[in-house]
Amino acid sequence: MKELADRLFLMIFNIEPANSPYLALWYALIIFLASFILLNFAALFAGITSFVERRIAARIQSRIGPNLVGPQGIIQWLADGIKLFLKEDLVPKDADKILFRFAPYFVFTGLFGAFVALPFGYGIIAADLNIGIYYILAFTSLVVLGIIMGGWSSNSKWALFGALRSAAQIISYEIPTGLSLMIVIMLAGSLSTQSIIMAQGGWPWEWFVFHSPFTLVGFFIFFTSSLAEGNRVPFDLPEAESELVSGYNTEYSGLRFLIFPMAEWANMWVVGALVTLTYLGGWQVPGVSLEAIQSSLLLILIGIAIFCIKSLAVVFIIIQLRWTLPRVRVDQMAFVCWTYFVPISLLSLIGTMIWMLIFPWETIIGTVIRIVMFGIGAGVTIWYLLRIRYNYITDKPRFERFKEAPQWYPPWKMP
Amino acid sequence: MSNSIKKEDDLKHLKPLTSPFEEEMMLNMGPQHPSTHGVLNFLVVTDGEVMHQARPNIGYLHRGIEKLAEMTPYTGFMPYMDRVDYLAAMFANQAFAMAVERLAGIEVPERAEYLRVIACELNRIASHLIATGALGLDLGAITPFLHWIREREFINDLMEELCGARLTYNYMRIGGVYADIPSGLPDKILRFLDHFEPIVDEYNRLLTNNEIFVRRLADVAVITPIDAVNFGLVGPNLRGSGIEIDLRKILGYSAYPNFDFEVPLGKGFRGTQGDCYDRYMVRMLEMKESCKIIRQAIENLPAGEHRAKVKRKLKVKENEFYSRIESARGEMGVYLISDGTDKPYRLKIKTGSFTAMSIVEKISQGLMIADLVALIGSLDIVAPEVDR
Repeated sequence: MKELADRLFLMIFNIEPANSPYLALWYALIIFLASFILLNFAALFAGITSFVERRIAARIQSRIGPNLVGPQGIIQWLADGIKLFLKEDLVPKDADKILFRFAPYFVFTGLFGAFVALPFGYGIIAADLNIGIYYILAFTSLVVLGIIMGGWSSNSKWALFGALRSAAQIISYEIPTGLSLMIVIMLAGSLSTQSIIMAQGGWPWEWFVFHSPFTLVGFFIFFTSSLAEGNRVPFDLPEAESELVSGYNTEYSGLRFLIFPMAEWANMWVVGALVTLTYLGGWQVPGVSLEAIQSSLLLILIGIAIFCIKSLAVVFIIIQLRWTLPRVRVDQMAFVCWTYFVPISLLSLIGTMIWMLIFPWETIIGTVIRIVMFGIGAGVTIWYLLRIRYNYITDKPRFERFKEAPQWYPPWKMP
Repeated sequence: MSNSIKKEDDLKHLKPLTSPFEEEMMLNMGPQHPSTHGVLNFLVVTDGEVMHQARPNIGYLHRGIEKLAEMTPYTGFMPYMDRVDYLAAMFANQAFAMAVERLAGIEVPERAEYLRVIACELNRIASHLIATGALGLDLGAITPFLHWIREREFINDLMEELCGARLTYNYMRIGGVYADIPSGLPDKILRFLDHFEPIVDEYNRLLTNNEIFVRRLADVAVITPIDAVNFGLVGPNLRGSGIEIDLRKILGYSAYPNFDFEVPLGKGFRGTQGDCYDRYMVRMLEMKESCKIIRQAIENLPAGEHRAKVKRKLKVKENEFYSRIESARGEMGVYLISDGTDKPYRLKIKTGSFTAMSIVEKISQGLMIADLVALIGSLDIVAPEVDR
């Protein structure tokens, strides 16, 4: 980030940055700009994802979804935001008023802080911290503080239940998340997000996920634990609407309520980006060396596109899971974490250590194993897609049969 | 927990509710709660997530239908019976019509009985669709519910063609049904069944065999056969505990003896006999049996009148009768006392949801809050049927 600011300074003002008295001011402006862009990215992503998720959900549930505000309902999220913005900001009578008002800010800060260390492409990162992963883990933990504050200060039993569930859940799942991130950190030898991506390659068999069977297991544990940390189905216990009314945000209204779902949707990008950068090769372009990417602007843009596509694919899977699965019970959630995820992630950490000693990254046998692992991964993906195709083909003729009856309500015509 | 109804015991029993012990919390679940299926209230004493007691508190939807019957002529009372259980209005219609017919000595034509069976079984499918779908909804699976609502839409359309209404049908009349089945509708019903039966398999792929769903329901809230009988459970809840009581088989009322169908029983499909999953599975299997019955009824639909001749001002001799039918929620009884006028002297309606509510307090001890939601969903409680 500093080099970029310096280069821009030289380009615009044609003065050597070190000689200028206004350098600090320039840096401040750049930081302001970066955070402004990131804030808008997070907010826009949350908004548009809320619309996209509703359309995907409607498709899964064979209905139409929002399609009236703008072309195909594309600005439905804006209408919802304005509606919530105009609502009265209610504070319950017996609530702890200061904590109640503060809690959404903690949630928002915890989520938005993570965006600072998330990369988008080569050099496109707000702050390439040398403790990037650690920073993200630490900052996103603020979210649970906000949720507990909100739940406790609402003075509502349902909100309290939601807050306590959230505390139990997020604290439990921090451990497998951290352990499975340790695998990647060990492979890359760095905590910096950019260095982790640079340690991988463009081709799928150069990604960390296919390094060994252990990393494949670690990948799945990391993905599932991230779901649990982001309160997504099947781990949406803190806001289980059929059990706890709405969980920790039951008593909120207006803009303060808006913060919670917005943080949830922005968190989907954080999960997608984290999975992509740690296990799925980040912005690396296949067949292009790191030096070539560093020197070419076009390749950097291609890298950004690749990174976004991978992240959005992960986000799509998260959405698809949400609208397919039921919710687990609170004891099952803790049971799965402590009896399976923690020991297995610890084992895969140790396994990866041994694997790194026996089959080093650069050797031929290491490459062969990675290609074999990639074959397995590709097989699983193809099986998944074939299953979707099979379900689609088996269910399609049933709706075709009604085509001769135009007077009847037609589900097959739905967009 | 004793089942005594002595007043002092009851007050003692209530004490922990009004002033919970230390480390216990009293939670007011309902009347406005997403998963109480209508306006119900549960007073829940919990220790964290674990419930120590959950006491149902009913009466929010009492509309005095039984009292209304005393002021309404027999022939005009049918629309009120729809409102007893709006998800399965056909059965309430039939129970009342059967009671009056028996008291007035009216012979129902064969064709009308068959039409009643077709309408009732379609209604049973619609009701079970809501029951199984809403159970998924209670466990957080929203998609299956909407798929079932789509299928129910087909049934609503069929019902609309059959009797002009989509929810409160008012289809049956004393001595038969309101109108003959329109030409072309039997074909349409058969086409719907052809479409629907494979959809059940699709639904099983989506929800029934989902491992999370199974683990949420299997071995949860087990009702032993003895408890099921002692608390007066009826219908699918009773059969889920493995007791084979189906009034369609035992009494053979209406045209049911003419049809070949099986009575599905809970046998511990994925856990213990009588758990939530068994009650869910019994409903899923019953839908397929209903399809079988409708097919047979349409195939053998006899010709003839759809309605017997009944005087407009029907006067019934002094007598009393209790008619029972197998509703979607189990035995529905109508106890009718006539006094020689054109209005009933007294009407008492017995419903399945009401008895199902009584077992919640016993079964819910030691369950988690999330399991209470599953228990209510698996008992298929409909609030207006509880209060009437």
